[in-house]
Amino acid sequence: MERKNEIYYEVEPGRFTEECIGLHKRLESPVMAYFAEDLRKESGKFRIYCVFLDRKAGRWEVASTNIPGNDPKMPSLAQEMYSASLFEREMAEMFGICFEGSPDSRRLALHDEAWPEGLYPLRKDFAPPAPAQKAPGERSEYRFKKVEGEGIFEVPVGPVHAGIIGPGHFRFSAAGEPIINLETRLGFTHRGVEKMLEGMDAREAVSLTEKIAGDSAFAYSSAFCAAIGKICGARVPGRAKVVRAIFLELERMYNHANDIGGIATDVGFSFPNALASVVKEGLLALNGKLTGSRYLKGVNRIGGVAADIPEEGRVLLLESIGLAQKDISEIREILHSSISFMDRVDNTGILKKKTAADLGITGLAARASGMRSDLRAVFDGDIYNACGFRPAMEEDGDVLARLDVRFSEFDASCALIRKFAAMLGSLSEPPGTETEWEPKEGFSIGCVEAWRGPLLFWIRTRRDGRIERCKIVDPSFRNWQGLCFAVLGNIIPDFPLCNKSFDLSYPGNDL
Amino acid sequence: MKRILKIKLKKGILAKPISPGRELHPGVEAMGAELREKIKERFGRSFHIREVDTGSCGACESEIISATNPIYDIQRFGIDFVASPRHADALLVTGPVSRNMAVALRKTYEAMPEPKFVITLGDCAKDGGAFKDSYYTAGGVKEILPVDYHIPGCPPSPETIIKALLAFLSK
Repeated sequence: MERKNEIYYEVEPGRFTEECIGLHKRLESPVMAYFAEDLRKESGKFRIYCVFLDRKAGRWEVASTNIPGNDPKMPSLAQEMYSASLFEREMAEMFGICFEGSPDSRRLALHDEAWPEGLYPLRKDFAPPAPAQKAPGERSEYRFKKVEGEGIFEVPVGPVHAGIIGPGHFRFSAAGEPIINLETRLGFTHRGVEKMLEGMDAREAVSLTEKIAGDSAFAYSSAFCAAIGKICGARVPGRAKVVRAIFLELERMYNHANDIGGIATDVGFSFPNALASVVKEGLLALNGKLTGSRYLKGVNRIGGVAADIPEEGRVLLLESIGLAQKDISEIREILHSSISFMDRVDNTGILKKKTAADLGITGLAARASGMRSDLRAVFDGDIYNACGFRPAMEEDGDVLARLDVRFSEFDASCALIRKFAAMLGSLSEPPGTETEWEPKEGFSIGCVEAWRGPLLFWIRTRRDGRIERCKIVDPSFRNWQGLCFAVLGNIIPDFPLCNKSFDLSYPGNDL
Repeated sequence: MKRILKIKLKKGILAKPISPGRELHPGVEAMGAELREKIKERFGRSFHIREVDTGSCGACESEIISATNPIYDIQRFGIDFVASPRHADALLVTGPVSRNMAVALRKTYEAMPEPKFVITLGDCAKDGGAFKDSYYTAGGVKEILPVDYHIPGCPPSPETIIKALLAFLSK
């Protein structure tokens, strides 16, 4: 079955593994999304989808199959494609599907200490225990990977960290100074987002999607609106598309400014961070002036945007990004000419291209390891192509590479915003640029290149426009594994630096 | 080094109007002065806060950090964010309390010396906010700890945070 930008291959359960591996090799794509849907009421089965990206053709290729609802099991894909592993662990805990031969079957978001085995939230017949009430059933303890040997010690950190940041647990195994193994245990910010979206009216759900990951609020609402818009055939006016693109770049810019400052802080260099935080504040204040929300909440609508950028807004926008760009280029000069800074970031936390490809690393981290993947350059007809957009790239995969990708992207975003702002002049559709649309039954993928990487929503709607199933894949989901490999052989004091250079999302990962 | 000095001198003190979109609300200075007085009066010299995220989306954290940037510079009023609960006068909690965070939140609170206060920040922390009906949230911090004060917003802006802390200390 073919639909715009999406091809679905329906295969027999016995041929599913073969089909997925074929797509994986032919398209040179990691598993971009891999999820289940509970159709036991309709057909007595669970339906499984595995999504790959065809970068050249600019489309998604999806293999799907049905497995029995009463005894759901299937062979694990993770043996052949490691990028499938986390998705299988997620399906196992959320749906109770057993993946035979899986290299890792531990739970991710539902912690063994807080949630009993055998209670699967994304099944349709799941009955939630009352909030704050203990869910009934046996509890167990998480099995960390043990590294043993003479002189090896473990350093557990978290979930509550020293800074003002999300919760996560890191367990280092070290011998002397170098890290031998890092295990991350996440899921501490799990709020059951996918389940909450089920049954919600699509229009009302937009504001919930903005609260999933605050630093990517606009990317989330954009990807969600894109998916619903595709299902319902909502036409987004040209002007609204450009306004969306401007806000998406502004979101990228304030986050990049934040991380550039953060990387400087983590080597104890406070001045560039002070300057970078002024840039971030300037951009947040700009967002606030243009939309009424510093985090661009309440802007997106399924058929367009609620906040237009009028002429005086355009002047303010151009003036503000000019200032921000100047400050960031000064920070770049300061950092690049500081020998002690460069000594800390160069060759630190290397993520090799081969490792990145095997793990299915995406977005900014992949671009720093020599992979030119950026959804902004993939999808045809997008306004980015009209601006001659080329993704930034670095080869070395170290902290410096990830920092430099941010510098390049910051500049690129400024250039894009200038071009977009010029386009606004010729697009004179009425403000409040939003079209009417009718709810429809169907399913589709919505995506954007958020500042960390590709953000995907796969949504199925019911006839009344309510959401039946919503799968979200945040770029952080697979990239956390990249961090675990990048720190190997580095000393523990360099961990904060490596961590900041990825700056992955806790709430986006945990959902 | 010379470059840094040059930029420093050129920019001057940032907690004053410097460019479009970066002006500080005129009320902040006055609020800050009052805040400093209150802190002196009630906590000796400074008020130390330990922040805990129990499942927030990160926007609240971003705004708390913004309150410490050179423009708002909340530290100059005597407020500091500390790395350990053992150094804290108050616990600032964000998020609807994911089931996975309930134990960590309680332990952090127990590690604080007396007297201690709990302040919640953001709509989620109050009663679960948008995640109130989830199978995996506790429905706000009050279900786990005694809460002394709440700062509303999604997320509250740095100005709101400063204002609310002043109101809390004036209580």
